[in-house]
Amino acid sequence: MVKCRVLVPSGVLGSGFPDGTLAYGAALQPDVIAIDGGSTDSGPYYLGRGASKMTREAIKHDLRRILRLRDRLEIPFLVGSCGTCGADGQVDWVSEICQEILQEENLHAKIALLYCEQSSAELGRYREKGKIKPLEPVMPLDQDLLDSCSHIVALAGPEPYSRAVAQGADIVLGGRTSDPAVLAAIPLSKGCPAGPVWHAAKVAECGAFCTDSSLWSGVIFAVDEDGFEIEPLMADSACTPHTVSAHMLYENADPFAVSEPGGRLNTAAAVYRAVSDRRVRVEGSQFDAAASYSMKLEGARARGYQTIMLAGIQAPEILAHIEMWLEKLTLFLKEKVGAVLNISPAEYDLSLRAYGWNGINAPLAGGKAIPPPHEVGVLLTVTAKTQEVATKIARLSNPYLLHFPLREEGPMPTFAFPFSPAEVERGQIFEFVLNHIVEVAAPFDLVRCRMIDGGKA
Amino acid sequence: MTKLKDLACYIRSKNAGPFWLTIDIFCDREEEYRTLKKAENLAPEQIAQRFRVAKSSVRIFYLDQLQAVKISFPRPLVQGDMAEVDMHAGQQYVRLLDLYIEEQ
Repeated sequence: MVKCRVLVPSGVLGSGFPDGTLAYGAALQPDVIAIDGGSTDSGPYYLGRGASKMTREAIKHDLRRILRLRDRLEIPFLVGSCGTCGADGQVDWVSEICQEILQEENLHAKIALLYCEQSSAELGRYREKGKIKPLEPVMPLDQDLLDSCSHIVALAGPEPYSRAVAQGADIVLGGRTSDPAVLAAIPLSKGCPAGPVWHAAKVAECGAFCTDSSLWSGVIFAVDEDGFEIEPLMADSACTPHTVSAHMLYENADPFAVSEPGGRLNTAAAVYRAVSDRRVRVEGSQFDAAASYSMKLEGARARGYQTIMLAGIQAPEILAHIEMWLEKLTLFLKEKVGAVLNISPAEYDLSLRAYGWNGINAPLAGGKAIPPPHEVGVLLTVTAKTQEVATKIARLSNPYLLHFPLREEGPMPTFAFPFSPAEVERGQIFEFVLNHIVEVAAPFDLVRCRMIDGGKA
Repeated sequence: MTKLKDLACYIRSKNAGPFWLTIDIFCDREEEYRTLKKAENLAPEQIAQRFRVAKSSVRIFYLDQLQAVKISFPRPLVQGDMAEVDMHAGQQYVRLLDLYIEEQ
Protein backbone atom coordinates (compact mmCIF):
# COMPACT_ATOMS: atom_id res chain seq x y z
CA MET A 1 0.00 0.00 0.00
CA VAL A 2 1.19 3.50 -0.81
CA LYS A 3 1.93 5.48 2.29
CA CYS A 4 4.08 8.47 3.01
CA ARG A 5 4.71 10.24 6.30
CA VAL A 6 5.81 13.85 6.42
CA LEU A 7 7.34 15.38 9.56
CA VAL A 8 6.69 19.12 9.77
CA PRO A 9 8.82 20.49 12.65
CA SER A 10 6.92 23.80 12.83
CA GLY A 11 5.08 26.37 10.75
CA VAL A 12 8.23 28.28 9.88
CA LEU A 13 11.95 27.62 10.05
CA GLY A 14 13.46 29.73 12.81
CA SER A 15 10.46 29.85 15.12
CA GLY A 16 12.36 27.77 17.69
CA PHE A 17 10.32 24.62 18.13
CA PRO A 18 10.29 23.01 21.59
CA ASP A 19 12.81 20.29 22.41
CA GLY A 20 11.41 16.79 22.36
CA THR A 21 8.87 17.41 19.62
CA LEU A 22 11.19 16.21 16.85
CA ALA A 23 11.87 12.98 18.74
CA TYR A 24 8.15 12.35 18.96
CA GLY A 25 7.84 12.68 15.19
CA ALA A 26 10.99 10.64 14.53
CA ALA A 27 9.55 7.68 16.44
CA LEU A 28 6.71 7.55 13.88
CA GLN A 29 9.21 6.85 11.07
CA PRO A 30 8.75 9.78 8.71
CA ASP A 31 9.76 9.48 5.04
CA VAL A 32 10.71 13.13 4.80
CA ILE A 33 11.15 16.24 6.95
CA ALA A 34 9.69 19.35 5.31
CA ILE A 35 9.25 22.89 6.52
CA ASP A 36 8.21 26.24 5.14
CA GLY A 37 10.64 29.11 5.59
CA GLY A 38 8.73 32.12 4.40
CA SER A 39 5.62 34.14 3.76
CA THR A 40 4.41 37.50 2.51
CA ASP A 41 2.50 37.87 5.76
CA SER A 42 4.89 40.30 7.38
CA GLY A 43 4.62 42.78 4.53
CA PRO A 44 6.55 43.95 1.48
CA TYR A 45 9.81 44.87 3.23
CA TYR A 46 11.31 41.36 3.21
CA LEU A 47 10.90 40.75 -0.51
CA GLY A 48 11.68 44.36 -1.35
CA ARG A 49 14.92 44.21 0.59
CA GLY A 50 15.66 40.53 0.00
CA ALA A 51 15.80 40.03 3.77
CA SER A 52 14.80 37.43 6.35
CA LYS A 53 12.36 38.01 9.19
CA MET A 54 13.86 35.18 11.23
CA THR A 55 17.37 35.70 12.55
CA ARG A 56 20.40 33.64 11.62
CA GLU A 57 20.67 32.35 15.20
CA ALA A 58 17.05 31.16 15.34
CA ILE A 59 17.30 29.49 11.94
CA LYS A 60 20.52 27.81 13.01
CA HIS A 61 18.87 26.57 16.21
CA ASP A 62 16.13 24.84 14.24
CA LEU A 63 18.36 23.63 11.42
CA ARG A 64 20.91 22.03 13.75
CA ARG A 65 18.27 19.84 15.39
CA ILE A 66 16.69 18.91 12.07
CA LEU A 67 20.02 18.15 10.35
CA ARG A 68 21.10 15.82 13.18
CA LEU A 69 17.80 13.96 12.94
CA ARG A 70 17.92 13.85 9.15
CA ASP A 71 21.34 12.25 9.28
CA ARG A 72 20.23 9.65 11.79
CA LEU A 73 17.05 8.73 9.88
CA GLU A 74 18.70 9.09 6.44
CA ILE A 75 15.65 10.77 4.92
CA PRO A 76 15.39 13.90 2.77
CA PHE A 77 14.90 17.30 4.32
CA LEU A 78 13.18 20.08 2.36
CA VAL A 79 12.93 23.80 3.13
CA GLY A 80 10.62 26.01 1.08
CA SER A 81 10.81 29.80 0.76
CA CYS A 82 14.21 30.18 2.42
CA GLY A 83 14.77 33.37 4.38
CA THR A 84 11.16 34.62 4.40
CA CYS A 85 10.99 36.05 0.85
CA GLY A 86 12.72 33.21 -1.00
CA ALA A 87 14.91 35.47 -3.13
CA ASP A 88 18.08 33.88 -4.55
CA GLY A 89 20.33 35.53 -1.97
CA GLN A 90 18.21 34.06 0.80
CA VAL A 91 18.66 30.53 -0.54
CA ASP A 92 22.43 31.07 -0.44
CA TRP A 93 22.17 32.53 3.05
CA VAL A 94 20.31 29.50 4.45
CA SER A 95 22.72 27.25 2.55
CA GLU A 96 25.67 28.91 4.31
CA ILE A 97 24.05 28.34 7.70
CA CYS A 98 23.37 24.75 6.73
CA GLN A 99 26.97 24.13 5.66
CA GLU A 100 28.28 25.72 8.82
CA ILE A 101 26.23 23.26 10.90
CA LEU A 102 27.30 20.26 8.80
CA GLN A 103 30.94 21.24 9.44
CA GLU A 104 30.38 21.76 13.16
CA GLU A 105 28.50 18.50 13.54
CA ASN A 106 30.88 16.55 11.30
CA LEU A 107 28.07 15.51 8.96
CA HIS A 108 27.88 15.22 5.21
CA ALA A 109 24.96 15.89 2.88
CA LYS A 110 24.27 16.60 -0.74
CA ILE A 111 22.43 19.91 -0.95
CA ALA A 112 20.23 21.01 -3.83
CA LEU A 113 19.59 24.73 -4.11
CA LEU A 114 16.48 25.80 -6.01
CA TYR A 115 16.44 29.38 -7.25
CA CYS A 116 13.23 30.98 -8.47
CA GLU A 117 13.96 34.69 -8.48
CA GLN A 118 13.10 36.16 -11.89
CA SER A 119 14.58 38.95 -13.97
CA SER A 120 12.20 41.55 -15.32
CA ALA A 121 13.64 40.94 -18.81
CA GLU A 122 12.77 37.22 -18.69
CA LEU A 123 9.29 37.95 -17.36
CA GLY A 124 8.90 40.62 -20.05
CA ARG A 125 9.25 37.88 -22.67
CA TYR A 126 6.51 35.86 -20.96
CA ARG A 127 4.36 38.98 -20.78
CA GLU A 128 4.75 39.66 -24.50
CA LYS A 129 3.57 36.12 -25.24
CA GLY A 130 0.48 36.69 -23.06
CA LYS A 131 1.72 34.19 -20.48
CA ILE A 132 1.37 36.53 -17.49
CA LYS A 133 -2.20 36.82 -16.25
CA PRO A 134 -3.72 38.95 -13.49
CA LEU A 135 -5.46 37.52 -10.45
CA GLU A 136 -8.34 39.23 -8.62
CA PRO A 137 -8.17 42.07 -7.65
CA VAL A 138 -6.66 43.01 -11.00
CA MET A 139 -3.60 45.25 -10.87
CA PRO A 140 -1.99 46.87 -13.91
CA LEU A 141 1.21 45.44 -15.35
CA ASP A 142 3.70 46.78 -17.86
CA GLN A 143 7.41 46.44 -18.45
CA ASP A 144 8.21 49.58 -16.43
CA LEU A 145 6.49 48.09 -13.42
CA LEU A 146 8.43 44.82 -13.77
CA ASP A 147 11.65 46.82 -14.13
CA SER A 148 10.86 48.86 -11.02
CA CYS A 149 10.77 45.80 -8.73
CA SER A 150 13.80 45.19 -6.55
CA HIS A 151 12.96 41.47 -6.39
CA ILE A 152 10.47 39.26 -8.21
CA VAL A 153 9.97 35.61 -7.30
CA ALA A 154 7.86 32.92 -8.95
CA LEU A 155 6.38 30.44 -6.47
CA ALA A 156 7.73 26.98 -7.20
CA GLY A 157 5.61 23.86 -7.10
CA PRO A 158 6.55 20.45 -5.67
CA GLU A 159 8.21 19.04 -8.82
CA PRO A 160 11.65 20.70 -8.50
CA TYR A 161 11.91 19.33 -4.93
CA SER A 162 11.06 15.75 -5.78
CA ARG A 163 13.33 15.86 -8.83
CA ALA A 164 16.25 17.12 -6.73
CA VAL A 165 15.70 14.27 -4.27
CA ALA A 166 15.50 11.76 -7.13
CA GLN A 167 18.83 13.14 -8.33
CA GLY A 168 20.41 12.36 -4.98
CA ALA A 169 19.88 15.46 -2.85
CA ASP A 170 19.67 14.85 0.91
CA ILE A 171 18.71 18.44 1.61
CA VAL A 172 16.76 20.74 -0.70
CA LEU A 173 16.80 24.45 0.05
CA GLY A 174 14.26 26.24 -2.10
CA GLY A 175 13.51 29.81 -3.00
CA ARG A 176 9.95 31.08 -2.84
CA THR A 177 7.59 28.13 -3.05
CA SER A 178 3.89 27.57 -2.60
CA ASP A 179 3.69 26.87 1.15
CA PRO A 180 2.01 23.44 0.82
CA ALA A 181 4.16 22.39 -2.17
CA VAL A 182 7.27 21.70 -0.10
CA LEU A 183 5.22 19.37 2.14
CA ALA A 184 3.45 17.76 -0.82
CA ALA A 185 6.56 17.02 -2.93
CA ILE A 186 7.65 13.62 -1.62
CA PRO A 187 4.18 12.07 -1.05
CA LEU A 188 3.24 13.05 -4.63
CA SER A 189 6.42 11.55 -6.05
CA LYS A 190 5.74 8.32 -4.16
CA GLY A 191 2.39 8.06 -5.93
CA CYS A 192 0.05 9.13 -3.13
CA PRO A 193 -3.26 10.55 -4.43
CA ALA A 194 -3.10 14.30 -5.11
CA GLY A 195 -6.31 15.29 -3.26
CA PRO A 196 -5.29 14.00 0.18
CA VAL A 197 -1.65 15.06 -0.34
CA TRP A 198 -2.47 18.70 -1.09
CA HIS A 199 -5.10 18.87 1.60
CA ALA A 200 -2.74 17.43 4.22
CA ALA A 201 0.00 19.80 3.09
CA LYS A 202 -2.31 22.80 3.28
CA VAL A 203 -3.44 21.87 6.78
CA ALA A 204 0.13 21.19 7.99
CA GLU A 205 1.92 24.16 6.43
CA CYS A 206 1.45 26.33 9.52
CA GLY A 207 2.65 23.52 11.81
CA ALA A 208 0.68 23.30 15.04
CA PHE A 209 -1.83 25.98 14.03
CA CYS A 210 -4.15 23.13 13.05
CA THR A 211 -4.04 21.70 16.58
CA ASP A 212 -5.70 22.80 19.83
CA SER A 213 -2.49 24.48 20.95
CA SER A 214 -1.31 27.64 19.28
CA LEU A 215 2.26 27.13 20.55
CA TRP A 216 4.94 27.06 17.88
CA SER A 217 5.45 23.40 17.23
CA GLY A 218 4.80 20.91 14.49
CA VAL A 219 2.71 18.05 13.17
CA ILE A 220 3.21 14.77 11.36
CA PHE A 221 0.86 13.55 8.66
CA ALA A 222 0.57 10.28 6.78
CA VAL A 223 -1.05 10.03 3.36
CA ASP A 224 -2.42 6.72 2.09
CA GLU A 225 -4.55 5.60 -0.83
CA ASP A 226 -7.81 6.97 0.58
CA GLY A 227 -6.94 9.96 2.68
CA PHE A 228 -4.58 11.31 5.31
CA GLU A 229 -4.12 11.32 9.08
CA ILE A 230 -2.54 14.11 11.07
CA GLU A 231 -1.41 14.57 14.68
CA PRO A 232 0.62 17.11 16.68
CA LEU A 233 4.24 16.65 17.72
CA MET A 234 3.48 18.07 21.17
CA ALA A 235 2.48 15.09 23.28
CA ASP A 236 -0.11 17.03 25.29
CA SER A 237 -1.96 18.69 22.43
CA ALA A 238 -4.46 17.31 19.94
CA CYS A 239 -5.80 17.55 16.42
CA THR A 240 -9.60 17.40 16.39
CA PRO A 241 -11.98 17.41 13.41
CA HIS A 242 -12.76 21.01 14.36
CA THR A 243 -9.15 22.25 14.58
CA VAL A 244 -8.18 20.51 11.33
CA SER A 245 -11.18 21.61 9.29
CA ALA A 246 -11.09 25.14 10.75
CA HIS A 247 -7.52 25.54 9.54
CA MET A 248 -8.75 25.54 5.94
CA LEU A 249 -10.20 28.97 6.73
CA TYR A 250 -6.98 30.46 8.04
CA GLU A 251 -5.38 33.04 5.73
CA ASN A 252 -7.40 31.57 2.89
CA ALA A 253 -9.96 33.60 0.95
CA ASP A 254 -11.95 30.52 -0.14
CA PRO A 255 -12.35 27.82 2.55
CA PHE A 256 -12.91 25.01 0.05
CA ALA A 257 -10.44 25.81 -2.71
CA VAL A 258 -6.73 26.51 -2.89
CA SER A 259 -4.96 27.19 -6.18
CA GLU A 260 -1.61 25.51 -6.63
CA PRO A 261 0.80 25.58 -9.58
CA GLY A 262 -0.59 22.42 -11.21
CA GLY A 263 -4.25 22.66 -10.27
CA ARG A 264 -6.71 23.31 -7.52
CA LEU A 265 -7.37 21.62 -4.20
CA ASN A 266 -11.08 21.16 -3.52
CA THR A 267 -12.06 20.24 0.03
CA ALA A 268 -15.83 20.73 -0.29
CA ALA A 269 -16.50 16.99 0.03
CA ALA A 270 -13.86 16.29 2.68
CA VAL A 271 -14.96 14.34 5.77
CA TYR A 272 -13.04 14.81 9.04
CA ARG A 273 -13.11 12.08 11.66
CA ALA A 274 -11.29 11.59 14.98
CA VAL A 275 -9.38 8.28 14.97
CA SER A 276 -7.95 8.82 18.44
CA ASP A 277 -8.10 11.57 21.04
CA ARG A 278 -5.34 13.41 19.19
CA ARG A 279 -5.33 12.18 15.61
CA VAL A 280 -7.72 13.09 12.78
CA ARG A 281 -8.43 11.25 9.53
CA VAL A 282 -9.60 13.14 6.44
CA GLU A 283 -11.08 11.56 3.32
CA GLY A 284 -12.80 12.88 0.23
CA SER A 285 -10.39 15.69 -0.74
CA GLN A 286 -10.05 16.30 -4.47
CA PHE A 287 -7.37 17.85 -6.62
CA ASP A 288 -8.43 19.10 -10.04
CA ALA A 289 -5.46 19.28 -12.38
CA ALA A 290 -5.26 22.52 -14.38
CA ALA A 291 -4.92 22.69 -18.15
CA SER A 292 -1.70 24.68 -17.77
CA TYR A 293 0.99 24.93 -15.12
CA SER A 294 1.17 28.38 -13.56
CA MET A 295 3.41 29.95 -10.96
CA LYS A 296 2.27 32.86 -8.82
CA LEU A 297 4.46 35.94 -8.98
CA GLU A 298 5.40 38.18 -6.08
CA GLY A 299 7.14 41.48 -6.64
CA ALA A 300 8.05 44.41 -4.45
CA ARG A 301 9.52 47.79 -5.21
CA ALA A 302 10.94 50.68 -3.22
CA ARG A 303 8.48 53.31 -2.15
CA GLY A 304 10.78 55.84 -0.47
CA TYR A 305 12.18 56.32 3.02
CA GLN A 306 10.40 56.87 6.28
CA THR A 307 11.08 58.74 9.49
CA ILE A 308 8.70 58.53 12.44
CA MET A 309 8.20 60.31 15.76
CA LEU A 310 6.00 59.44 18.72
CA ALA A 311 4.46 61.81 21.27
CA GLY A 312 2.30 60.78 24.24
CA ILE A 313 -0.57 63.05 25.28
CA GLN A 314 -2.56 62.95 28.52
CA ALA A 315 -3.50 66.66 28.68
CA PRO A 316 -7.31 66.55 29.11
CA GLU A 317 -7.96 69.80 27.23
CA ILE A 318 -6.15 68.48 24.15
CA LEU A 319 -7.75 65.04 24.33
CA ALA A 320 -11.19 66.61 24.62
CA HIS A 321 -10.62 68.08 21.13
CA ILE A 322 -8.16 65.55 19.76
CA GLU A 323 -9.73 65.42 16.31
CA MET A 324 -9.52 69.19 15.85
CA TRP A 325 -5.98 69.28 17.25
CA LEU A 326 -4.80 66.59 14.81
CA GLU A 327 -6.35 68.39 11.84
CA LYS A 328 -4.88 71.75 12.80
CA LEU A 329 -1.42 70.33 13.44
CA THR A 330 -1.39 68.40 10.15
CA LEU A 331 -2.27 71.54 8.18
CA PHE A 332 0.23 73.61 10.15
CA LEU A 333 3.08 71.15 9.54
CA LYS A 334 2.38 70.92 5.81
CA GLU A 335 2.47 74.70 5.54
CA LYS A 336 5.75 74.83 7.44
CA VAL A 337 7.35 72.21 5.20
CA GLY A 338 6.57 74.33 2.15
CA ALA A 339 7.49 77.66 3.74
CA VAL A 340 10.67 76.67 5.58
CA LEU A 341 12.08 73.73 3.61
CA ASN A 342 10.65 74.66 0.22
CA ILE A 343 9.54 71.05 -0.34
CA SER A 344 6.39 70.66 -2.44
CA PRO A 345 3.48 68.43 -1.28
CA ALA A 346 4.17 66.04 -4.16
CA GLU A 347 7.60 65.24 -2.75
CA TYR A 348 6.53 63.78 0.58
CA ASP A 349 3.71 62.26 2.61
CA LEU A 350 3.01 63.26 6.20
CA SER A 351 0.44 61.71 8.50
CA LEU A 352 -0.52 61.87 12.18
CA ARG A 353 -2.24 58.88 13.75
CA ALA A 354 -3.65 58.96 17.26
CA TYR A 355 -2.95 55.52 18.73
CA GLY A 356 -5.46 54.85 21.49
CA TRP A 357 -8.09 56.79 19.57
CA ASN A 358 -8.93 55.44 16.12
CA GLY A 359 -5.31 54.74 15.28
CA ILE A 360 -6.33 51.55 13.48
CA ASN A 361 -9.82 52.34 12.21
CA ALA A 362 -11.82 55.53 12.31
CA PRO A 363 -15.41 55.06 13.48
CA LEU A 364 -17.99 54.37 10.79
CA ALA A 365 -19.79 57.31 9.28
CA GLY A 366 -23.00 57.81 11.21
CA GLY A 367 -21.67 55.78 14.12
CA LYS A 368 -21.58 57.35 17.56
CA ALA A 369 -18.52 59.43 18.40
CA ILE A 370 -16.00 57.63 20.56
CA PRO A 371 -15.08 59.65 23.67
CA PRO A 372 -11.44 60.63 24.14
CA PRO A 373 -9.45 58.14 26.21
CA HIS A 374 -7.16 58.91 29.14
CA GLU A 375 -4.09 58.95 26.91
CA VAL A 376 -3.18 58.75 23.24
CA GLY A 377 0.07 58.20 21.40
CA VAL A 378 0.42 60.42 18.35
CA LEU A 379 2.55 58.90 15.64
CA LEU A 380 4.03 61.17 13.01
CA THR A 381 5.01 59.32 9.83
CA VAL A 382 6.93 61.09 7.09
CA THR A 383 7.70 59.37 3.78
CA ALA A 384 9.94 60.94 1.13
CA LYS A 385 12.26 60.01 -1.72
CA THR A 386 15.33 60.03 0.49
CA GLN A 387 15.97 59.41 4.18
CA GLU A 388 17.51 62.84 4.39
CA VAL A 389 14.33 64.59 3.24
CA ALA A 390 12.08 62.45 5.45
CA THR A 391 14.19 63.20 8.50
CA LYS A 392 14.44 66.89 7.63
CA ILE A 393 10.64 67.10 7.63
CA ALA A 394 10.35 65.12 10.86
CA ARG A 395 12.91 67.34 12.56
CA LEU A 396 11.11 70.45 11.40
CA SER A 397 7.95 68.96 12.94
CA ASN A 398 9.70 68.22 16.25
CA PRO A 399 8.95 71.43 18.22
CA TYR A 400 5.34 71.44 17.04
CA LEU A 401 4.65 67.82 17.86
CA LEU A 402 6.09 68.67 21.30
CA HIS A 403 4.26 71.98 21.92
CA PHE A 404 1.38 72.55 19.48
CA PRO A 405 -1.49 74.26 21.39
CA LEU A 406 -5.16 73.76 20.76
CA ARG A 407 -5.68 77.49 20.23
CA GLU A 408 -3.12 80.12 19.34
CA GLU A 409 -4.12 82.32 22.27
CA GLY A 410 -3.90 79.45 24.77
CA PRO A 411 -0.92 78.48 26.93
CA MET A 412 1.80 76.36 25.35
CA PRO A 413 1.58 72.69 26.31
CA THR A 414 4.48 70.23 26.31
CA PHE A 415 3.77 66.62 25.38
CA ALA A 416 5.67 63.46 26.26
CA PHE A 417 8.45 62.35 23.91
CA PRO A 418 9.82 58.92 24.81
CA PHE A 419 13.06 59.31 22.83
CA SER A 420 16.03 61.59 22.25
CA PRO A 421 16.45 62.23 19.43
CA ALA A 422 12.71 62.12 19.02
CA GLU A 423 12.80 60.96 15.42
CA VAL A 424 13.40 57.36 14.36
CA GLU A 425 14.65 56.59 10.87
CA ARG A 426 12.85 53.55 9.48
CA GLY A 427 14.96 53.26 6.35
CA GLN A 428 13.66 52.27 2.96
CA ILE A 429 10.10 51.06 2.61
CA PHE A 430 8.59 48.88 -0.09
CA GLU A 431 5.26 47.96 -1.66
CA PHE A 432 3.81 44.83 -3.26
CA VAL A 433 2.96 45.42 -6.89
CA LEU A 434 2.34 42.04 -8.55
CA ASN A 435 -0.80 39.95 -8.22
CA HIS A 436 -0.25 37.76 -11.26
CA ILE A 437 0.55 34.25 -12.41
CA VAL A 438 2.95 33.19 -15.13
CA GLU A 439 2.10 30.16 -17.26
CA VAL A 440 5.04 27.88 -17.97
CA ALA A 441 5.42 24.82 -20.18
CA ALA A 442 7.07 22.77 -17.39
CA PRO A 443 7.41 23.14 -13.59
CA PHE A 444 11.18 23.55 -13.98
CA ASP A 445 11.22 26.32 -16.59
CA LEU A 446 11.66 29.17 -14.12
CA VAL A 447 13.44 27.20 -11.37
CA ARG A 448 17.22 26.74 -11.50
CA CYS A 449 18.80 23.89 -9.55
CA ARG A 450 22.38 23.71 -8.25
CA MET A 451 23.83 20.71 -6.39
CA ILE A 452 26.60 21.15 -3.84
CA ASP A 453 28.35 18.97 -1.28
CA GLY A 454 27.94 20.10 2.30
CA GLY A 455 30.05 19.19 5.34
CA LYS A 456 32.83 16.62 5.60
CA ALA A 457 34.08 15.00 2.40
CA MET B 1 -31.98 42.90 17.80
CA THR B 2 -28.76 41.10 18.63
CA LYS B 3 -25.26 42.08 17.71
CA LEU B 4 -22.85 39.83 15.84
CA LYS B 5 -20.57 39.64 18.86
CA ASP B 6 -23.42 38.14 20.93
CA LEU B 7 -23.93 35.28 18.48
CA ALA B 8 -20.34 34.32 17.71
CA CYS B 9 -17.96 32.57 20.09
CA TYR B 10 -14.86 33.60 18.14
CA ILE B 11 -14.26 36.11 15.37
CA ARG B 12 -10.92 36.73 13.67
CA SER B 13 -9.54 38.59 10.68
CA LYS B 14 -6.35 38.09 8.71
CA ASN B 15 -4.72 38.71 5.36
CA ALA B 16 -5.26 36.03 2.75
CA GLY B 17 -2.17 37.07 0.83
CA PRO B 18 -1.26 40.75 0.36
CA PHE B 19 -4.39 41.51 -1.65
CA TRP B 20 -7.25 39.87 0.26
CA LEU B 21 -8.73 40.20 3.71
CA THR B 22 -10.71 37.39 5.29
CA ILE B 23 -12.90 37.26 8.39
CA ASP B 24 -13.94 34.03 10.12
CA ILE B 25 -16.95 33.92 12.43
CA PHE B 26 -17.39 30.79 14.55
CA CYS B 27 -20.51 29.87 16.54
CA ASP B 28 -20.70 27.53 19.53
CA ARG B 29 -24.36 26.66 19.19
CA GLU B 30 -26.28 25.54 16.16
CA GLU B 31 -29.18 28.00 16.62
CA GLU B 32 -26.74 30.91 16.72
CA TYR B 33 -25.14 29.71 13.50
CA ARG B 34 -28.57 29.30 11.89
CA THR B 35 -29.49 32.84 12.89
CA LEU B 36 -26.31 34.12 11.27
CA LYS B 37 -26.87 32.06 8.16
CA LYS B 38 -30.38 33.49 7.74
CA ALA B 39 -29.46 37.04 8.71
CA GLU B 40 -30.20 39.50 5.94
CA ASN B 41 -27.86 41.99 7.53
CA LEU B 42 -24.80 39.80 7.18
CA ALA B 43 -24.66 40.40 3.43
CA PRO B 44 -22.23 41.83 0.87
CA GLU B 45 -23.92 45.23 1.07
CA GLN B 46 -23.22 45.71 4.79
CA ILE B 47 -19.69 44.38 4.48
CA ALA B 48 -18.99 46.61 1.49
CA GLN B 49 -20.24 49.63 3.40
CA ARG B 50 -18.24 48.89 6.54
CA PHE B 51 -14.96 48.24 4.76
CA ARG B 52 -15.46 50.62 1.83
CA VAL B 53 -15.05 47.98 -0.86
CA ALA B 54 -17.18 47.10 -3.90
CA LYS B 55 -20.27 45.03 -3.04
CA SER B 56 -19.63 42.72 -5.98
CA SER B 57 -16.19 41.83 -4.60
CA VAL B 58 -17.47 40.48 -1.27
CA ARG B 59 -17.64 36.69 -0.94
CA ILE B 60 -19.51 34.99 1.89
CA PHE B 61 -19.20 31.27 2.68
CA TYR B 62 -21.26 29.17 5.09
CA LEU B 63 -19.57 26.15 6.64
CA ASP B 64 -22.29 24.06 8.22
CA GLN B 65 -20.01 21.41 9.71
CA LEU B 66 -17.92 24.05 11.44
CA GLN B 67 -20.85 26.32 12.25
CA ALA B 68 -18.79 29.11 10.75
CA VAL B 69 -19.29 31.99 8.35
CA LYS B 70 -16.40 33.25 6.28
CA ILE B 71 -16.27 36.64 4.60
CA SER B 72 -13.55 37.54 2.08
CA PHE B 73 -12.97 40.67 0.03
CA PRO B 74 -10.04 42.49 -1.59
CA ARG B 75 -8.08 44.54 0.91
CA PRO B 76 -9.15 48.21 0.79
CA LEU B 77 -5.41 48.95 0.67
CA VAL B 78 -2.78 46.52 -0.56
CA GLN B 79 -0.86 45.17 2.44
CA GLY B 80 1.99 47.51 3.36
CA ASP B 81 0.59 50.52 1.50
CA MET B 82 1.96 53.81 2.79
CA ALA B 83 -1.30 54.37 4.67
CA GLU B 84 -1.24 50.86 6.20
CA VAL B 85 -2.38 50.65 9.82
CA ASP B 86 -2.87 46.90 10.24
CA MET B 87 -0.16 44.92 8.44
CA HIS B 88 -1.72 41.50 9.14
CA ALA B 89 -5.33 42.77 9.15
CA GLY B 90 -5.64 41.16 12.58
CA GLN B 91 -7.84 43.90 14.05
CA GLN B 92 -10.20 44.42 11.13
CA TYR B 93 -12.89 42.08 12.47
CA VAL B 94 -13.63 44.56 15.27
CA ARG B 95 -15.47 46.68 12.74
CA LEU B 96 -18.13 43.96 12.48
CA LEU B 97 -18.69 43.25 16.18
CA ASP B 98 -21.54 45.72 16.50
CA LEU B 99 -23.35 44.65 13.34
CA TYR B 100 -27.03 44.13 14.20
CA ILE B 101 -28.36 40.69 13.35
CA GLU B 102 -32.12 40.24 13.18
CA GLU B 103 -33.39 37.21 15.15
CA GLN B 104 -35.82 35.05 13.18
